[in-house]
Amino acid sequence: MRTIPFLLVSLAVAALVFAGALALGNDYVFFAGYVVLQYIVLSTAWNILGGYCGYVNFGTGAFFALGAYSTVAIYQLIAANEFPHVVPIPVLMLIGGVVSGVVGLGMGYLTLRLRGAFFSIATLALAVVLETLVVNWDFVGGSRGAYILRPETVPLIGSYIRYLALTMLLLAVASLVIARLIERSRLGYGFATIRDDELAAEASGVPTLRLKLIATTISGALMGMAGAPFPYYIGYLQPDSTFALDYAVNSIAMPLIGGTSTWMGPLIGAVLLGSLQQLIIVTISSAVNLLLVGVLLVGFVIVAPNGIVGLVHKYLQHKGDDFVGRRHIGLEAPATVSAEGSAPESPS
Amino acid sequence: MIFSFDLLINAIVSGILIGGFYAAIASGVSLSFGILDIVNIAHPAFIILGSYVAYTLNSHFGLDPIIASIIALPAFYALGAGIYQIYYVAFEKRGQESLRGLAFFFGLLFITEVALVLYFGVDYRDVNAAYIGPTLHFGAVDVPLRIMVPCAISLLLITVVQLVLSRTFVGRAIMAVAQDQLALRLMAVDPVRIKRIAFAISIATASLAGAFLIIIQPVEPSVGRDYIGRIFAICVLGGMGSLPGTVIAAMLIGVIESLTSTFYGPSWAPAVSFGVLLLTLAVRPAGLLGR
Repeated sequence: MRTIPFLLVSLAVAALVFAGALALGNDYVFFAGYVVLQYIVLSTAWNILGGYCGYVNFGTGAFFALGAYSTVAIYQLIAANEFPHVVPIPVLMLIGGVVSGVVGLGMGYLTLRLRGAFFSIATLALAVVLETLVVNWDFVGGSRGAYILRPETVPLIGSYIRYLALTMLLLAVASLVIARLIERSRLGYGFATIRDDELAAEASGVPTLRLKLIATTISGALMGMAGAPFPYYIGYLQPDSTFALDYAVNSIAMPLIGGTSTWMGPLIGAVLLGSLQQLIIVTISSAVNLLLVGVLLVGFVIVAPNGIVGLVHKYLQHKGDDFVGRRHIGLEAPATVSAEGSAPESPS
Repeated sequence: MIFSFDLLINAIVSGILIGGFYAAIASGVSLSFGILDIVNIAHPAFIILGSYVAYTLNSHFGLDPIIASIIALPAFYALGAGIYQIYYVAFEKRGQESLRGLAFFFGLLFITEVALVLYFGVDYRDVNAAYIGPTLHFGAVDVPLRIMVPCAISLLLITVVQLVLSRTFVGRAIMAVAQDQLALRLMAVDPVRIKRIAFAISIATASLAGAFLIIIQPVEPSVGRDYIGRIFAICVLGGMGSLPGTVIAAMLIGVIESLTSTFYGPSWAPAVSFGVLLLTLAVRPAGLLGR
């Protein structure tokens, strides 16, 4: 499927989902759905660097919080005015995305020239440092946290949470389209060569550092965009919870459970694990929910290294049914390259 | 001026003492990450586990936390050997250690932390021992025993590990496994077994380090996170796999942190290790005593 039809189909699916949620007539659906959608964006963003390039980012929480705190900073800047809500959410998303993208680029520039593990460790430490900065920065609330007042309703859509869920839904669609586009472009093949054998890629003339920097920037920017509306969702933003490891572990667990080599993996992982978590938080407790994520992550990594997509693929292959072949699932990179008959598009 | 000079001396001394403790927490990672190339980011979680073991034995049986952690050493050794076995079969053998191995350890970190929260709650816990409380005075310099004792034993621990590495057959095999596994196999040594022993030793150090941690400060399950950046900054700065380098780097970072928190406020101290880590990676990735 080409990109434009895919975009239209995704939008149609998104519209159906939104209409379905509206038909339920309960705003809780939007509260819970927002979190799941947010995880679709976060895990897709993580997968662009982690799944396609093979570089593990433990700093999802940091990039997410960068987006959220950009929003708080802007809110504080204009809070003196009588209209605190003049900045629409999509604009905030763009700003948060730019801030996170720039930080991602800087991080990558400093650490990506070395072995992959250094990058991972640096991202882990980044979260601690950014939290230190935020805690010491009174303008955005410091360690006390910041309150965000949100309007009750939005014209045309109704309650504010619906508006937030709608913007997050569109962002989720956008991130899936971007991920799919990358996967099928020269850029994606470049990423795959880095993942499979960086040294060989470098030797064959693939500009690995530049590609890695592109991946870090896109991935970081999407995470920041996912974080930008968060202060409006939560109402009270506090460094401890915003920088929590939960985001990092979820955004790693979801793609690994779903399958890292295709855009479908993070989507499947986020929808399954995200909904399951919402259920467990309501019915059991949030600590148990985190334990479950950890156990599932470790279990899947050991038992099913290619995630649910890999399991399905193996099952179909086993049956000898080539209905969903490698071309559609796109599991092994070299197979994808050879099966993709059309000329590769240039990265834009 | 006299006052700030006293402050400076005190900050440097306490930085060196804290650095001795940092050396203990980083030595395990120096073994696993530096020598074996296993990026065990769950190490801080095992240290916290060590703290809770020391806490449990201390509060129930009144055992000294350090003696308690020595009793727990074999259990930690076995835990380490078990984890390496899983890691080897599931990742190293399949050649998937980079992405999925990292995720595996991250999952372990998370599971350990949440399990401790579920069992002990999120309250801060501490231990009782005779040396927690008194402070020695040398002129203007104050030396709290609760930091000096862990520092001294930590240096002892590292000396022992270094002696094992350089003097025993297994120790030399561990150093060799980092360089050439094939050559080791030709000497009729099983590299997997050697790596298992080395990883088990690295987890065993977490037992002692955990006891030091809970002697120095009250512990709750998520404090380990603050140490992740610090541990890896120390390992990278010291030079991968070099224990003497680890000690020097640990004391250096301890002093810089101590100066930062004395003159700029304690809330800035966590940023130090990250700054050092980035600077090292940018300027001298091989570290101080790198090979």
